[in-house]
Amino acid sequence: MIALLLRDLKLAFRAGGGFGLGLAFFLIVTVLVPLSVGPQTSLLALISPGILWLGALLANLLSLDRLLALDWEDGSLDLLATAPLPLEVALGIKAFAHWLTTGLPLVLAAPVLGVLLNLPTAGVSWVVISLLLGTPALSVIGTFGAALTVGLKRGGLLLSLLVLPLYVPTLIFGAEVSRRGAVGMDVTTPLLMLAGITAAAVALLPYASAAVLRVNLR
Amino acid sequence: MSLWEYANPRKFLTTSERLLPWFWGLAGLCLVAGLIWGFFFTPDEARQGATVKIIYLHVPAAMLAINAWIMMLVASLIWLVRRHHVSALAARAAAPIGAVMTLIALITGAIWGQPMWGTWWEWDPRLTSFLILFLFYLGYIALWQAIDNPDTAADLTSVLCLVGTVFALLSRYAVNFWNQGLHQGASLSLDKEEHVANVFYLPLLVCIAGFILLFVALVLYRTGTEIRARRMAALLARERAGA
Repeated sequence: MIALLLRDLKLAFRAGGGFGLGLAFFLIVTVLVPLSVGPQTSLLALISPGILWLGALLANLLSLDRLLALDWEDGSLDLLATAPLPLEVALGIKAFAHWLTTGLPLVLAAPVLGVLLNLPTAGVSWVVISLLLGTPALSVIGTFGAALTVGLKRGGLLLSLLVLPLYVPTLIFGAEVSRRGAVGMDVTTPLLMLAGITAAAVALLPYASAAVLRVNLR
Repeated sequence: MSLWEYANPRKFLTTSERLLPWFWGLAGLCLVAGLIWGFFFTPDEARQGATVKIIYLHVPAAMLAINAWIMMLVASLIWLVRRHHVSALAARAAAPIGAVMTLIALITGAIWGQPMWGTWWEWDPRLTSFLILFLFYLGYIALWQAIDNPDTAADLTSVLCLVGTVFALLSRYAVNFWNQGLHQGASLSLDKEEHVANVFYLPLLVCIAGFILLFVALVLYRTGTEIRARRMAALLARERAGA
């Protein structure tokens, strides 16, 4: 398990792994928003939690097609499927590695980018907490989408069409936590819902991912 | 005599061919009768005027949009558990119908909302969740079309349908979070006092029956088409292999 995790991390960090791409994309999206809606600071402060969530979500989506496709091409997925390690666990590990290389950097970058968007100081901690709680769900859901489309030649666009509706509940509650936190309202209910969605997704979705991956591998 | 006999494609085709004219006929009869009754022989509502009459399209379409997905869910489960091909094909056949029903509900809702609420669209929980349901239909249909091997496609779309159901329900309750919105509560119920007056209720029931019959007829018809398309593909493959 640990060997698989380390292998995925190494592949992501070393040259050609595309580790920084998601982060750079996140930066560009947040820079483009003030350019498109204009630089009024009051407006930006209002929408900044939502922008940060949307940027994190898109950056996450962008890195999904690399999640399984490379292993599919060189055949290591077949080896993983026949290995003694259950495929559910292997996919859980891969989702975790994806979160470590994509989700976690986004969480850490969010406060810095929040400054660019004039995010109110009260909101910074809630944006970070909601992203920290929500991005694991994005990685696990994305792994399911990647497993669904891994055998397809032009899976990229289809992957977004399949995965984005599944992201909706996470996005709604995550952005709601950040929005309420930024204006100083009570965040307990959406925060609990967000944590619940993440916990359920992490616990259950690897089974669905492994089931569809087995179909794709047969 | 068990229900599973109809999982045999041949049995399914002969039976559905015998039933289809009845379904088409009754659906047409109910729709024509219900719509004419609703459009021309009911009074205008006190506050809404004549715009209330769009209810005869809006409510049945919205009901079917949800129930078509539930039917796909059941058919997907049957495919995953019992591996009946007809079941997978029925789920495939129902998806575009459900998507069109969702679209009808959204469009008639917008046309109704414009004079009543003064806006075509509002990010109201019910409207938003229907839009999300429409996206789920699109993804489901796209996945069916993207995969060449029919069994792989049936397996993958079935799992997507199961997972999608959970997330569609989650989204439905997540959007409730913003506010209660403009849309009224349920307009129909069997046991409560608060539903539409009988003068609108009876033609509406006829219209709903017509929509349901139409849906059944369309699903049977399209499933038959899918079965025949599958047979054609098998024949062509055999011919190529022989030649």
